[in-house]
Amino acid sequence: MKIIEFARDFFCYALKGDSRYYTWLGILGLLVIPWAYGSYEQLINKGMIVAGFTDQISWAMYEGNFIFLVGVAAAAVTVVFPYYAYHPEPNDQQESSIQGLRNVVLIGEMLAITAVTMVIIFIIYHMGRPDRLWHIIPVIGIFNFPHSMLTWDVLVLNVYLALNIICGFYNMYKKYTAEPMNEYFYMPLVYISIVWALSIHTVTAFLINTMPPRPMWFHSIMPIKFISTAFAGGSAIIIVALLVYRNLTKLEIPDKAINFISQVTVWCLGIALFLIMSEIVTELYPSTEHSFQIKYVLFGMFGLSKLVPWMWTSLTIMTVSFILLLIPRIRKNYTILPVICTLLFIGIWIEKGMALVIPGMVPSPIGEFSEYSPTWIEIFITIGNWAIGLIIFTILSKGAVGVMLGEVRHPSAIGKEVAEH
Amino acid sequence: MSEERRNTEGNAAVDKTEESSRRNFLKEMGTGTLLGAAALLTGSDDAEAKATWAEWFQKNWRLMTDEEKKEAIARLETRYSEEYGKKVAVDGSPAMKDVLFGYALNIQKCIGCRRCVHACVKENNQSRYNTEIQWIRVIRMEKGNFLPENMDKGYPKGEGDTAYKGKDYGIQVGGNAYGPAGVTLEGQHYYQPELVPEKEAFYFPMQCMQCEKPPCVKVCPVRTTYRDPDGIVVIDYNWCIGCRMCMAACPYWARRFNWGAPNLPKDEMNPQTHYLGNRPRMRGVVEKCTFCIQRSRKGRYTACVEVCPVGARKFGNLLDPESEVRKILEKKKVFRLKAELNTYPKFFYFID
Repeated sequence: MKIIEFARDFFCYALKGDSRYYTWLGILGLLVIPWAYGSYEQLINKGMIVAGFTDQISWAMYEGNFIFLVGVAAAAVTVVFPYYAYHPEPNDQQESSIQGLRNVVLIGEMLAITAVTMVIIFIIYHMGRPDRLWHIIPVIGIFNFPHSMLTWDVLVLNVYLALNIICGFYNMYKKYTAEPMNEYFYMPLVYISIVWALSIHTVTAFLINTMPPRPMWFHSIMPIKFISTAFAGGSAIIIVALLVYRNLTKLEIPDKAINFISQVTVWCLGIALFLIMSEIVTELYPSTEHSFQIKYVLFGMFGLSKLVPWMWTSLTIMTVSFILLLIPRIRKNYTILPVICTLLFIGIWIEKGMALVIPGMVPSPIGEFSEYSPTWIEIFITIGNWAIGLIIFTILSKGAVGVMLGEVRHPSAIGKEVAEH
Repeated sequence: MSEERRNTEGNAAVDKTEESSRRNFLKEMGTGTLLGAAALLTGSDDAEAKATWAEWFQKNWRLMTDEEKKEAIARLETRYSEEYGKKVAVDGSPAMKDVLFGYALNIQKCIGCRRCVHACVKENNQSRYNTEIQWIRVIRMEKGNFLPENMDKGYPKGEGDTAYKGKDYGIQVGGNAYGPAGVTLEGQHYYQPELVPEKEAFYFPMQCMQCEKPPCVKVCPVRTTYRDPDGIVVIDYNWCIGCRMCMAACPYWARRFNWGAPNLPKDEMNPQTHYLGNRPRMRGVVEKCTFCIQRSRKGRYTACVEVCPVGARKFGNLLDPESEVRKILEKKKVFRLKAELNTYPKFFYFID
């Protein structure tokens, strides 16, 4: 069976590497040890009491990461969409910036698979009773569709995961065997996944913005703000990954492709900043009781100001990166670009977690201000979940690079021309 | 404040001195169900293990047949009786015909003594000590505090060579716009006075409003929380996955989560329970006021109504024109909380 051989070759290649590769995986592996301790305490021993949640702030760190990662998953579309929508001729020798995305599409898809997997992991930690998760599975459980937004989210996330696994691995398998692709099967899936990428973040935004008791979330700018920040943060991390692969492997990623993605990043960031500004002005000018949440996160209220430095850090990072990335000389400098992109990624992570999810819960619907700080166990679990995500991404994307380089090939395919897609 | 909050609202740290017999161990384990499974497979006849194992697979309460309901109740009765060392009855009675429960609270009379809060905790088997879960919160609100010395505060200074130079003249920003004065809207629910009522405060109790259009029911992904025909919004604790969507969606902050294993002493456990009401909960599930479903479905008043020393709380059947609540709706000045959200609470506030 060629598929089994493919899986074997793929993972053999992905798990082999030089000492630097093993050091990287080893460091990530070490982070899993405190994670295992935290998971035991939370999932098996004591329950969610070990995390810093309270009845007042009942969604916090895990939910923030979940929302951020949905955005990262959706951002894969920033490379998939331009490549397929402006689908260049396979043998077009003209090296346009879109053509340069050829090698990037698979990495984007691997990023999407990783991000959705991490979303699911974070959701499991967010649940009070993860052992009962089967209750949400249609037919054997009860799926409160279409009433509950969470069921919509379950649906879109799982379908998006499936679409990316099918598209990504089908594409790789065909490259592996050097067989021509079935266009009638592949292309519709690609187009569906492009639309679907938007839907996952839209639905996640609906999940939180359909709650009138939380005024900070309750406005219709939320979905577009979600998508623009996600496309900025997600494509920033794609740039970093691409530059890493360009330096460490023989994979050919033309400058034009990177420049194209960094332009996407900067304009999505610009839109995001505009939307954030509109939101702040709308809330602060009339300054009703409904603006308490944004006042709290921007300036602190009643002496509670734990989140204020986070919020301002995030706003500063986003504004400064926007200005810097607007300058072509900086945007095209591949030593500075990954630094800015990493900072931007962190800035948007803060924007989703510390500046959106947590303050949305403060004050509580009866007007109580309270603060949240994560416990060590919660931090261990969060870092561990990220480490697991990075391990998955490292392995998947390394395998994908191997396939693209032609180093993972079925014996019968060696020497054959591989159809470009 | 955060310390205090955790103490009153968070959840039970497991009592270390509690002897850890195998049964207790199982009880505290979230995966007790899985261990139960293992015990069953290895031929153990531990009643608890069997009960948790079966409970894990049981259906949502509404979807159970009468036969299955009876079995589930029998299982729970055996387990609770053994666990708490007394005869525990679990009631499964459905909503009565032609009954729609309503509640009315006289905010003019409430003195903020919080006897209702504690009666509710006792009646409904909430987690105690270290961290007490309370379904009713009484909010203390400051009375007006307008002071003559504050009159000029918050005005911008006059500039230029005008009659107002150096003086305050900022009428156009709306007077004392920079600091609230008068009746403050932000309630405080951690007050500890020596005597109630306090001169400078009034009180405002809140609990589940049993909405006609409950946001919590709409957002629940597994339909574990739902509205029964008598208007009570209930939770099937055995079906809740603990996602806390309902807590985020509730405009009245009426739901509580069992962050850890509930801490309910054996001798304080109320053995008259209802499947959807005050039976002992497990960790990782949401709970809330059910208008004392175990009492109200038997024609009794709720615990908070019974205990209120000033008679501020009224309860009854909204479909019965002779009932107390209907009389109040007819004759008093009544309002609902956060009416703009269209949740249509069946909990009314009134003044004489």
